Amino acid sequence: MRELKLMKGNEAMAEAAIRCGCDAYFGYPITPQSEVLEYLSNEAHKRTGMVVLQAESEVAAINMIYGAAGAGKRAMTSSSSPGMSLMQEGISYIACAEIPCLLVNVMRGGPGLGTIQPSQGDYFQAVKGGGHGDYKLIVLAPSTVQEMVDFVKLSFELAFKWRNPVMILSDGALGQMMEKVELFEQQERIKTIESWATVGKPETRERNVHTSLHMDPEKMEEINIHLQAKYKAIEDEELRFEKINCDDADIILTGFGLVARICQKAASLARERGIKVGVFRPITLFPFPYAELNKLADHAKGFLDVEMNAGQMLEDVKLGVNGKARVEFYGRMGGVIPSPEEILAKIEEKFVGELV
Amino acid sequence: MNEKTMLQEEQILAEENICIEENLVYVKPKSLTDTVFHYCPGCGHGAAHRIIAEAIDELGIQSEVVGVAPVGCSVFAYHYFNIDMQEAAHGRASAVATGIKRVLPEKYVFSYQGDGDLAAIGTAETIHTCNRGENILIVFINNGIYGMTGGQMAPTTLPGMKSTTSPFGRDVASMGNPLKITELIAQLPGVIYATRQAVNTPANVRKAKKAIIKGFQNQKLNKGLSFVEIVSNCPSNWKMTPVQANKWMEDNMFPFYPLGDLKVLKEEN
Repeated sequence: MRELKLMKGNEAMAEAAIRCGCDAYFGYPITPQSEVLEYLSNEAHKRTGMVVLQAESEVAAINMIYGAAGAGKRAMTSSSSPGMSLMQEGISYIACAEIPCLLVNVMRGGPGLGTIQPSQGDYFQAVKGGGHGDYKLIVLAPSTVQEMVDFVKLSFELAFKWRNPVMILSDGALGQMMEKVELFEQQERIKTIESWATVGKPETRERNVHTSLHMDPEKMEEINIHLQAKYKAIEDEELRFEKINCDDADIILTGFGLVARICQKAASLARERGIKVGVFRPITLFPFPYAELNKLADHAKGFLDVEMNAGQMLEDVKLGVNGKARVEFYGRMGGVIPSPEEILAKIEEKFVGELV
Repeated sequence: MNEKTMLQEEQILAEENICIEENLVYVKPKSLTDTVFHYCPGCGHGAAHRIIAEAIDELGIQSEVVGVAPVGCSVFAYHYFNIDMQEAAHGRASAVATGIKRVLPEKYVFSYQGDGDLAAIGTAETIHTCNRGENILIVFINNGIYGMTGGQMAPTTLPGMKSTTSPFGRDVASMGNPLKITELIAQLPGVIYATRQAVNTPANVRKAKKAIIKGFQNQKLNKGLSFVEIVSNCPSNWKMTPVQANKWMEDNMFPFYPLGDLKVLKEEN
């Protein structure tokens, strides 16, 4: 049965965690995502027996995830930018040990303590590694509260399919805004024990060990080669993106998450003025849809990448377009959200009279 | 012994295999793997590993134990224990153990940590895990030095004790005092058992093993955390022979870190 509710992004995400049968949440309060821990503290244990624990720090929280997820359970945490920075060490260990789990970053403006207003300043951290060493997270960028809900379920599926941590890269606006959401039905918590889980070694199998330490460089390289092969397979199989009015577009706006919605408004304003503008929204930031962008560059004359940062996804957009068309950038930083009018003005400034 | 009797003995041995289970007085615990320890001669880690493995065997809980290894000399503990294990980041073992125990409350969970891991970089995790009263066992090996990285000053290095980063001896005025973390966590209501042991003599090994067994058994009470400190040595980085190191430990470490129970849960009548 369809269950429609008006919900705040953070709370909707927490509700989705309960409904998808998440086993454990470990977190630490930080604005603008503390509602996740609050909501789960109220609801989760009594409804599904889910473990919810407020850790003493984000450092402890991510290591609790390592423990619980290492035991094969569906474990998640959420935080916001400064807290996510603290978790990077643990994430690197988790990625190397190939432990599936869900991490949510409800981004706020930085650097440093920054601001509590929405930002996309952690794109590099989320997509390019963040912690030490060569590893990748699967990164999903929701642009609606509905996607905050849907991606929780999807993230656990992807995490366990690939034995890889998955990150939902959201922002303070999506976390705080209220929208209509359709909730999926309550699912049973999964009882099957993964073959690799550290649950106690029966006589019938070898011991399970989670580690990221291999002193022999050849062995460590072998682990790296295996990880890179997995990331390549993820690139081949898990690309997700959305194209809006791109087929006839002369100018294509690129943006992820919340910004993609603002871009849609800007595109329709532009079309009212006779400029054919489309929007390309990567949904998976890793893997990134380079090839799709490259195809679009066959007919599009220019790209305007819009972000709430100084131009981070911009580098990937340029790699995708690969010189076939001009790529411009418009960004606001420090917690400021760009308006459709500002984006329209940028389109006119950069492309009108020259390319269109 | 002449050649004839030697041959006779060999014959008897060949006919009658005395290496049978009833005759064995000392065997490798089945909760240890066949991997040879990398520990230096005279180091306490070997005995500490062994008594943990013996405790697991004697309690018959090999299939119900999950261990957490630290960063430090015992970073490879998971090579030696024949049980499911997770290797934690430096200092985070008790947080990892918390995560495991919270989702597997029926299982036995322990962390094995050194002084730098537990009492310096992981102090926050240690104190809060103890304070939450997680139903786990923490085994804390205190040898007053960073062994793996080559003998730097530890949080538990004694006043005046030399290390590569306190080459003139630990000056407490500028480097701070040694941290008696077992005394500190024993104050916390979440801790039901805090004890300080050693593995330098057969008698102490037996006592330490009893403490480990108690630490595992306590997990079934669901009343809080058990903390077993083992005061140990580091012949290599103390730059002593194993015998000298044990003597030095007895003369210097034991007076500062006295052995014995710091806290024991009162039996309920």
